[in-house]
Amino acid sequence: MNIIVEAVITGILTGGVYALMSSGLTLIFGVMEIINIAIGALVILGGYLSYVLQTYLHIDLFVGLLITMPVMFLLGLALEWFFIRPLKRDRIMLSILVTFAIALIIEGALGLIFSTNYVQLHAWYVSASVNIGGFYLAYIYIFGFILSVALLTGLYLLLYNTKFGQSVRAAMQNRTAAELIGIDVERVSMITFGIGIALTAAGGMAFGATTSFNPGSSYDLISRLLVIIILGGMGSLRGALIASLFMLVIEDVTAVVWSPVWSSTVFFILLVIVLLVRPQGIFGQLEGRKQ
Amino acid sequence: MRIFKIAGLLILLAAAIAFPLLFPNPAVTTVAVFTLMFAGAAVAWNIFSGYTGYIALGHAAFFGTGAYAMALMCQDWHIPAGYTPFYLLPLVGLVAAIVAIPLGIIALRTRRHTFIVITIAFFFIFQLLAYNLRGLTNGSAGLSLPIPTWSGAFYNEPFYYVTLAILLLALLISWWVRNSKYGLGLLAIRDDEDRALGLGVRTGPSKLTAFVISAFFVGMLGGMYAYFVEAIYPPFAFDALYDVVIALMCFMGGLGTLSGPIIGALILEPTQQYFTLLYGENGWYLVIYGVLFLVIILVLPRGIVPTTSEWWARRRAARGNVEKPGGEPPPAPGVQQDTQLVVERSEGVKEVNL
Amino acid sequence: MNILEAQGVSKAFGGIQALNTCSISVQQGKITGLIGPNGSGKTTLFNVITGYERIDQGDVRYNGKSITNSTPNRVFAMGIGRTFQLTRIFPRLTVMENMHVAAQRNDFVGLISRWSSRHEQRRALELLDFVGITGLKDVPAGNLSYGQKKLLEFAFILIAEPKVILLDEPAGGINPTMINHIASRVRELNKQGVTFLVVEHNMEFVMQLCDTVNVMHRGTKIAEGTPEEVRENPDVLDAYLGG
Repeated sequence: MNIIVEAVITGILTGGVYALMSSGLTLIFGVMEIINIAIGALVILGGYLSYVLQTYLHIDLFVGLLITMPVMFLLGLALEWFFIRPLKRDRIMLSILVTFAIALIIEGALGLIFSTNYVQLHAWYVSASVNIGGFYLAYIYIFGFILSVALLTGLYLLLYNTKFGQSVRAAMQNRTAAELIGIDVERVSMITFGIGIALTAAGGMAFGATTSFNPGSSYDLISRLLVIIILGGMGSLRGALIASLFMLVIEDVTAVVWSPVWSSTVFFILLVIVLLVRPQGIFGQLEGRKQ
Repeated sequence: MRIFKIAGLLILLAAAIAFPLLFPNPAVTTVAVFTLMFAGAAVAWNIFSGYTGYIALGHAAFFGTGAYAMALMCQDWHIPAGYTPFYLLPLVGLVAAIVAIPLGIIALRTRRHTFIVITIAFFFIFQLLAYNLRGLTNGSAGLSLPIPTWSGAFYNEPFYYVTLAILLLALLISWWVRNSKYGLGLLAIRDDEDRALGLGVRTGPSKLTAFVISAFFVGMLGGMYAYFVEAIYPPFAFDALYDVVIALMCFMGGLGTLSGPIIGALILEPTQQYFTLLYGENGWYLVIYGVLFLVIILVLPRGIVPTTSEWWARRRAARGNVEKPGGEPPPAPGVQQDTQLVVERSEGVKEVNL
Repeated sequence: MNILEAQGVSKAFGGIQALNTCSISVQQGKITGLIGPNGSGKTTLFNVITGYERIDQGDVRYNGKSITNSTPNRVFAMGIGRTFQLTRIFPRLTVMENMHVAAQRNDFVGLISRWSSRHEQRRALELLDFVGITGLKDVPAGNLSYGQKKLLEFAFILIAEPKVILLDEPAGGINPTMINHIASRVRELNKQGVTFLVVEHNMEFVMQLCDTVNVMHRGTKIAEGTPEEVRENPDVLDAYLGG
């Protein structure tokens, strides 16, 4: 019983980190209607950036975020400007192909710079654990979770308490209508894209501190993130959060109850089951029939 | 005009048949086999995704299913090496098609983005099953196939011709679908699914049928691949890049056209093989491949075939033809003023049935 | 007799009551108009009748039988055709191919070939001729002008030989000559016995063409009568001006 509870707790804590990563993905989808497949690779990139700062400049992982997040934000702006904005037609498929290409380039570049050996981020809180109610949890899980909560709260405040956030929500609801009332949808899209990528920088750090990774880890990651946002409903931040927690808890519990080998498969099978019952995900919207 | 088209096609066919005889270098024919394989897969994928507009990115699941089906059949039924495994191919295709039915039913309940992701999810499920169902698939140790009885310099030739045959069959089916009312229904689904449904098109069965047909061919190619490489392993039979490469081929050649997927494959596959040879499967390979992708997508947004046929049509118009390509203004009263046959309106150029 | 009736239909979208116990009846063989200020619920009523939206309350009857909440293809198969304000045709298919998509409902085995019969092909050409776009039959429908698209849409719902046609703003966004052309086609079909329900903003079009006019405001019918009666009705003027 104890190991199940521990699995649930770990699941929730890691779920928080996945929520951070998938929020970027679902936010970008909500505003731009594109699936940014490169997010997996960008998370890994964020992980490597933190790795470099920590290993060569001895900057603490969390402090390093003050550098990596703005850098990734700017990278996001650039990516949107150069590669997404020119896509005028067939955006759905083209954006998938384009972002996939970007992911390949990032993966290749990281492989050239860092080799394909697995690395992990180190800090005192990665190896040390704290005893809470009889369970030993590595500090990093708790810190990572707090980071996620902090950033997601920040995002929430941005979306609901600022004018910019209002424009984002308007664009998410109805792009054309937003344009008609004077919102510069292109600019909003670009900035949102940047924010999404900045979030993945943070996610990358938390991910890298809890799991060892190499450039090839992006495939596994993006497949899970995609499943999470579909489950939660594409474009829904609430959905991303709940789906992340749900999936990670189920996965961790399956690993202890059944076997770690099957836990990833369960992940995907769960998606299929949910979609059978509710094709639009938990908080998503059904595509309509009418005009 | 039709005579020229038919003559041209026959010449191409003759060239394809003569190719291995003219260029027997095994390195060249290996690339040729893979090129034909991808061309066939691209044509098959196009039958579903190109015509209906539903982008499926999980067809590698069917490829792998075909590969494993072939391996398991040869193993369990003690199939002797030689030409016999080739006879199993239609059966292998059937297995993939049957597997595609429930997958298609589930996936087709969703639309657009959700559909794309659920096909990706199916692919990963299959890949994970290949790794984990060790009793069946032997896990990461993989399965081996009977070694062909012919070898040496002419090893590739039978595979080349079998793959060519599969490609031609897929092309034939694609052509037939495109020119049937059924195919029109698929294209209507691509343009406006709900309107099509409202007019009485049986969208559900139509989409599922196209999905299953494409899975059949991709499965057969998987089986062929298995026999060709003599041993299959989960990451190769179920390759995450497979669908994206095929999508790029179709899209580069022209999505929804007949020849587009083949042209895309003819360009991309040899290029990819060449890069692998030069750089190996490491960082440079990925970077260059990614850059190539980006360049193609950003420069040729509509694909080669539609862009060239449009350019061709515009040249004919510019040569001062009285009749604008696409038809004359109708004689009915009152309609004259609205006649604005702007051929430049790129969206709807009729594809050339090349 | 009333070939088509909406009885006490209500439909809400979230907080907005688009239709509020709306009752409209359409007499067989007549051309009935449906007018009202923007937001009065006209298109929603169309959507509800033809199955593109579900009803919250009320009933839709066709020839006396309830067809409430039927799916759009069944409604079409029953003989009720419908056009859209923003024409819904298939832009990447040619005009002729558009016609053949609409003819699919009769087919199963015929799907294998391009045309299922010479008769169908001839009929498609006749209809294109009737609306006046025969010369455009091999043009991709997306290249047509807005007015021509309307004619195409008209033609392909005619392939099903509907008894009732619902036209959503047929005169919107096209020039006067084209408007007259469409009006003449409507009158011609009406003479052959087809019933029409027309939503329009173009008053002249409505007055000239329609036998009866219903006026909607805020989701319900506020007036009904001949064009002249409706034009004089103070409630109607109020609705348009007061809003």
